[in-house]
Amino acid sequence: MASKPILHYVNGRGRMESIRWLLAVAGVEFEEVFLETREQYLKLQEDGYLLFHQVPLVEIDGMKLTQTRAILSYLAAKYNLYGKDLKETALINMYTDGTLDLMLLIALSYFKPAEQREKEIELVVEKAKSQYFTVFEKILKNHGQDFLVGNKFSWADIQLLEVILMIEESCPTALSNFPLLQAFKTRISNIPNIKKFLQPGSQRKPPPDDHYVATVKEILQF
Amino acid sequence: MAAKPKLYYFDGRGRMESVRWLLAAAGVEYEEQLFETAEEFENLIKGGKLMYQRVPMVEIDGMKMVETRAILRYIAAKYNLYGKDLKEQVLIDMYVEGMRDLYDIIMFLPLSFPEEKENLRYILEKATDRFLPVYEKVLKDHGKNYLVGNQLSWADIHLFELILMIEECKSDVLLTFPKLQEFKVRVSKLPRIQKFLQPGSQRKPPMDAAGLEVAKNIFKFSKAIPKDTYKLVNVWDKPVFIDKVNV
Repeated sequence: MASKPILHYVNGRGRMESIRWLLAVAGVEFEEVFLETREQYLKLQEDGYLLFHQVPLVEIDGMKLTQTRAILSYLAAKYNLYGKDLKETALINMYTDGTLDLMLLIALSYFKPAEQREKEIELVVEKAKSQYFTVFEKILKNHGQDFLVGNKFSWADIQLLEVILMIEESCPTALSNFPLLQAFKTRISNIPNIKKFLQPGSQRKPPPDDHYVATVKEILQF
Repeated sequence: MAAKPKLYYFDGRGRMESVRWLLAAAGVEYEEQLFETAEEFENLIKGGKLMYQRVPMVEIDGMKMVETRAILRYIAAKYNLYGKDLKEQVLIDMYVEGMRDLYDIIMFLPLSFPEEKENLRYILEKATDRFLPVYEKVLKDHGKNYLVGNQLSWADIHLFELILMIEECKSDVLLTFPKLQEFKVRVSKLPRIQKFLQPGSQRKPPMDAAGLEVAKNIFKFSKAIPKDTYKLVNVWDKPVFIDKVNV
């Protein structure tokens, strides 16, 4: 029997959250090892687990995978969430590269000094609406289908929901001008595995707090 | 007959250079629309051709593809440079993503004045301490000619490109990496690579002061890259300042 994937990361969202989403939606149970001290992180490095001295690290199928996008692509392909042909995969990559960028901006805003943080988050929310939500609303409008690519649920839909929810945490009315995205959000949230992941008690992590930020800074020394 | 891919960018390396390399390695002829002014770039945006209002953009097989990584993956898969199965593919992805961190900070070096000298030292330190040893070890451990699956892949092309870029910063950087030296020679002898390395190919030269001015005018970045963002490359998958410019 194949063992469960093991995720190594800080106990928070960061770069690992998109991976948790993807595994959860694919119905794959996984274990987590949380990094709490620099020593633990250095030990992982010394033991040769981290190819580029970076986490996320996911142990899966006999491999020690690092590099978030490599891991996500592997999982999407493995669990048939990556389109039915090269062109659909290309579209999914285009969409998820965009949403991952946006999520990175959100994540990084928490690492700004406290007095800059609010302003930074405002900017990110503006950007989300003008550069990303506008685009995805248009995509849904143009083809009139339920899912972003190929009339079938894919990794791109998971990512878009993930980033919508993240932005709404800072700006609850972020979707007010995007009726199709609102419908999309409801529809995707009701998919059973996603509904389950959105319940309390799942492995979904809360938004970053001061403790999380301090832990990351301590572990990675920046 | 299928139309040739068409690359939309400014006349410089930037993020499009990896695409040029990969197409060349795949033996695919392509056209380029290289804009020189802010207006040309803005017209592209107004014409709705750029999904996120950014370049690179490549018209290929009826798609207007953006996001460098998405473009490169499509080309790699289409031209059999992406491994023979999913496990090889993820190795290639992991290796390429690792290279990207270093690639990006070298690419942004001209924008990082007045701290260029310090950043150059940082780049070379990272190259020799963190990145190059990884690939030296991969090659040493399996003893094969190429990084993944004993056949040429996107990872090899990207590593070769990166090696040349680092050597432009310091010509003897491979001194302590014998496997990488052999690798470099081996890849440079491949006919399509040889051709791309010749004068007259679509390969672009390193950015000079004039090129930087053109890029600044087109993409409207005026400020130097803040010093501490350079340090973040070893934390996140990509440098934070990437978003401040729409390249």
